[in-house]
Amino acid sequence: MSWFYLTTFIPLLYAILVPIFYRHFPRIHTGWFVLPIPIGLFACLIRQIPLIAKDSPLVHTVSWIPHLNINYTVYVDGLTLIFGLIITGIGALVVLYSIYYLLKEREALGNFYVYLLLFMGAMLGVVSSDNVLVLYMFWELTSISSFLLIAFWYQRKASRYGAQKALLITVFGGFCMLAGFLILANITDTFSIRQMIQHADKITGQSLFVPAMILILLGAFTKSAQFPFHIWLPDAMEAPTPISAYLHSATMVKAGIYLIARFTPIFGGNMVWFWLVSGIGLITLFWGSFSAVKQVDLKALLAYSTVSQLGMIVCLLGLGSAAYSGPGEAAILSITAILAAIFHLINHSTFKGSLFMVVGIIDRLSGTRDLRRLGGLMNMMPITFTLAIIGSFSMAGLPPFNGFLSKELFFTSLLNTSQLEIFHLDKWSPLFPIVAWLASIFTFIYCMIIAFRPFLGKHQPHKLAKKIQRAPWGMLLPPTLLAFLIILFFFFPNVLAQYLFLPAISSILPGVMEADLSIEPIKAWHGWTPELFMTMGIIAVGFALFLLFPKWSKVFGRLPLWFTFNYMYDKLLLAIEIASQRITRKYMTGFIRDYLSYIFFFFIVILAGMIFILNSFTFNPTANSPVSIYEFLLCLALVASALLVLCARTRIIAIIGLGVMGYLMIMFFVIFRAPDLALTQLVVETVTTVLFLLCLYFLPKLEKEINKLGFKITNLVFSLGVGILVTIMALSAQGNRLFQPISRFYENAYELAGAKNIVNSILVDFRGFDTMLEILVFCIGGIGVYTLIKIGLTER
Amino acid sequence: METMMAIVIGILFSIGVYLLLCKSLFRIILGISIIAHAANLMILTMGGLKTGGPPIISGVNLPPTDPLPQALILTAIVINFALTAFLLVLAYRSYLVLGTENMEQLRGNDNE
Repeated sequence: MSWFYLTTFIPLLYAILVPIFYRHFPRIHTGWFVLPIPIGLFACLIRQIPLIAKDSPLVHTVSWIPHLNINYTVYVDGLTLIFGLIITGIGALVVLYSIYYLLKEREALGNFYVYLLLFMGAMLGVVSSDNVLVLYMFWELTSISSFLLIAFWYQRKASRYGAQKALLITVFGGFCMLAGFLILANITDTFSIRQMIQHADKITGQSLFVPAMILILLGAFTKSAQFPFHIWLPDAMEAPTPISAYLHSATMVKAGIYLIARFTPIFGGNMVWFWLVSGIGLITLFWGSFSAVKQVDLKALLAYSTVSQLGMIVCLLGLGSAAYSGPGEAAILSITAILAAIFHLINHSTFKGSLFMVVGIIDRLSGTRDLRRLGGLMNMMPITFTLAIIGSFSMAGLPPFNGFLSKELFFTSLLNTSQLEIFHLDKWSPLFPIVAWLASIFTFIYCMIIAFRPFLGKHQPHKLAKKIQRAPWGMLLPPTLLAFLIILFFFFPNVLAQYLFLPAISSILPGVMEADLSIEPIKAWHGWTPELFMTMGIIAVGFALFLLFPKWSKVFGRLPLWFTFNYMYDKLLLAIEIASQRITRKYMTGFIRDYLSYIFFFFIVILAGMIFILNSFTFNPTANSPVSIYEFLLCLALVASALLVLCARTRIIAIIGLGVMGYLMIMFFVIFRAPDLALTQLVVETVTTVLFLLCLYFLPKLEKEINKLGFKITNLVFSLGVGILVTIMALSAQGNRLFQPISRFYENAYELAGAKNIVNSILVDFRGFDTMLEILVFCIGGIGVYTLIKIGLTER
Repeated sequence: METMMAIVIGILFSIGVYLLLCKSLFRIILGISIIAHAANLMILTMGGLKTGGPPIISGVNLPPTDPLPQALILTAIVINFALTAFLLVLAYRSYLVLGTENMEQLRGNDNE
């Protein structure tokens, strides 16, 4: 199976071709060219099912940066396979649907399909990478493609807002996740998830265990829109409906679930993990379904329902992690939770995908998704109505649809968990079933809203922008296929269980499943159990509340505005923007003195600090060469001329002072046995003085700077600081001779280069390239001077 | 000698930095020149002073002084010359165009 690792790259590579198709075949919808890719990949993954079911995962490694231990390893086991099938399967249906949803005359299809394929490849990469850094890379790539797709209609303000929000929240989580990965990699000394799992016991005892866990969970929670990060998902609904169906309900938002499932073997069995995952999941489940009920936009309603359903799956994974707390009863009970999570994962993709497509059809044909304007569409779209009924009844957990089975399993595992006596569960045992039951009532209500509100009631054609027409078959076919699957899974769940769920469970709970535990066959009818009574209660209460909805819907208006997380997010963003602007204005003054002050400040602080910390100041005057009175006078003259420059009132005095300094430098070079330097300095100093004198003619008179005392003192402090520090550095460098000078090498200049002047031979021979580049710098300076003098002045 | 040179270099650096922090562009250029001189002296001092003959191979059997700092300084002198020339012309041009050489007035405008 060595070619198999290429599957991730096929969509990415094919994306390169899409613009060509778009450009050269404008009469054919670009989607037709893209469609074979997900179908082909889906078929290719289907063929792997028997192999994976025999518990022999595919592994293939391509070395990428081997010396950093980063390799591109594809690892396909049961969990990956399920995600891969969802990604490619729903992907194929969504591409087909989009061909009819997006008109080729109006939309930038080239961009759309490039982003879509980019996402598909990235998502396949996320679920198949064994290396955490590669996983992170693909993870962020899904965030970016999601950003691009949400902002597909970038002319709309709401699209841009939603895209920015999604990107900020998911990338924030991604960074946290990366930090978590690095902590894990640091502990286990590997980037491979499989090897980390093997060293799981080594990780557990570490002090960084909980921080790593929380960081990774932040990544998962932001991506999977868990409370309180769920706020990005409703705004992401500005994307075209096929994208909402694909990224924001079926695949991308499940990446967080994948991450939690993948890391369960490492973190499972820990109390913090158990409570965080199941608790946040439970809160999200309730809050999502509660918020969904009040929505009037069909897509916003579906978004909140997605939030809620994701919360349910996360909660199940949290409950299932108890399998690691101990062998025996807890393990057996927890496996039901994992089974329910995987089953519901698939079911959610089917019914939510079909519901999004139904909403897309309503939107396309009637021109609105507003529940207040829709009604009585049953007669005009009978097929769509049937599909909506199937999808929403499945989501509500009614038979004979697959949602019923996974919902019952959900209740079973909640009831199981409340019997456990670990993690202080005995104190909180009623919490899980009660909250979940309440959440399920709201779930039932919003499902009924989707199923009936647009289709029953009075048709109000004057409120609609368009006259209703027949839906094209291409938009009806994908949801019909999904509806077919919804019913099929209800009747044959155990086929799925054997070929897909068991391998997935054994990859989520590797150690536990090896104990030869089997799962019970999933049954639609399991007697008069508490689960069934719970469902019946939900139907009764939910239906009553649905009918009475207008009476109690005012409750939602009572919540104050500032209490919502959206409001906090907006305020936070604004505050960050204003604060950073203020800070920037504060230090970016545009005044060169300020910038120089920063540089000198850090120069002093860092160097003085280092000298102090390393205790490297030494004063060792013993090796000093003697000072003659003549040299002493030269030094005095040098300082005096520099002071002259400093205090000069007129320019001419300053220039004279600088010239004197330059010529004194020549003297020093002579004393210090540097004849070449003396000659060069002589020439350069003369020319420089001439240049300064030329400027005397052009530049204004030197004004006495009238500065405040504070200004002067600051200058004085900085200048004295730099001066003293430089002196200290020079003295310390004299005292600390750590290495032999490398100059001895150049003393063989005559043998090596045939030169008698060593300095010259260094410049033109040993370091010839340096000198050549120096000449280049000189040329650039010359060109600069020429341009500044000559060019552009004639205009003025 | 080295200790005295270290103190002289420190003083020159102080004066250079003080000039560099002034508002007048002309003074800033003066400051840069002074700092350049001080830096050259510093490199030379680091190599050890007056410990041998000039780095020229001749019949005299005197070990030459360290040639490497001298090669570095030679480069520095020339580059510094180019820099000074460029800065002077820049000051000339900016005065011609903008009518000032006071750095406080050369801040750019608000809508940048």
